[in-house]
Amino acid sequence: MILHSGPKPLREGARAILPLVPAAFAFGVSFGVLARTAGVGRLAAIVMSATTFAGSAQFAAISVLGAAGGVGAAVAAALLLNTRYAAIGISVGPRFGGSLGRRLVESQLIVDESWAVSVRPDGHVEPGVLVGAGATLWLGWTGGTIVGAFAGGALGDPGRLGLDGAFPALFLALLAPQLRDRRPIVAAVLGAAIAFALVPLTPPGIPIVAASAACLLGWRRG
Amino acid sequence: MSTAWTTVLLVGLGTVLLKSTGPALLAGRSVPPRLMSVLGLLAPALLAALVVTQAFADGRALVLDARAAGLAAAAAAVALRAPLLAVILVAAVATAIVRLL
Repeated sequence: MILHSGPKPLREGARAILPLVPAAFAFGVSFGVLARTAGVGRLAAIVMSATTFAGSAQFAAISVLGAAGGVGAAVAAALLLNTRYAAIGISVGPRFGGSLGRRLVESQLIVDESWAVSVRPDGHVEPGVLVGAGATLWLGWTGGTIVGAFAGGALGDPGRLGLDGAFPALFLALLAPQLRDRRPIVAAVLGAAIAFALVPLTPPGIPIVAASAACLLGWRRG
Repeated sequence: MSTAWTTVLLVGLGTVLLKSTGPALLAGRSVPPRLMSVLGLLAPALLAALVVTQAFADGRALVLDARAAGLAAAAAAVALRAPLLAVILVAAVATAIVRLL
């Protein structure tokens, strides 16, 4: 089942993610600024955004470094947050096609937002949409980091513009069409309940990973 | 190598591995229907958890702050079948206004 991703799904993905690009750009700027204050150089911050491309993990890593934590703690915090991408990668992997090199590159565009806009209401993922959305978001995130690393704090705090409120709104808007019958509704309620229960008990990253176990409800129907 | 560069390198390598394992190993394979049925529920479970952590978590604390108002406004917009851009704008504006109060 090798799917061709022509320009059409790529454009669809880019269009779908566009409303979120200003917020991603603004958070990229604040990452660039915070990285400097945590003692991470301009180039290191930009390279991290371009290669790791995972906002929450990057913020976690530099906040550990900024608090004079060691490399081990910074890396562990970031990778724990990114463990969910292994689960997402396994769920979308069978839909990917092309050479190994191409799959390695395209899979780096998997982030929560690009994955979320590429999930069809039946639960299938359209890889072309994911890649188009991911590449568009990558430009905003990396571009924002470059601006933040050089322009510093002149652009202000994205929190003041309410941009941190944009992310839960996006995920809610994408969750709503999934809730068509009982099974996805139960999975969503269970996932939310697991996340609520674990946030105070575990390091950031674990609640989301544990919540994905709610999908095991699907095992009951062959 | 400096602490910062070592962290950038290790986090980058680890993330590449985490993201690429599925697409590298499973591409083009057919997946047993039972596994598909499990993976089909990953989206609602993970999206719901992301809503919770992005709106109510601050590190290891559960908090009720301006983001909750943004989420409530977003829920109203979703219920009214507003387009995605409108949902996101309404949420950002509501979050910013409540934070100003």
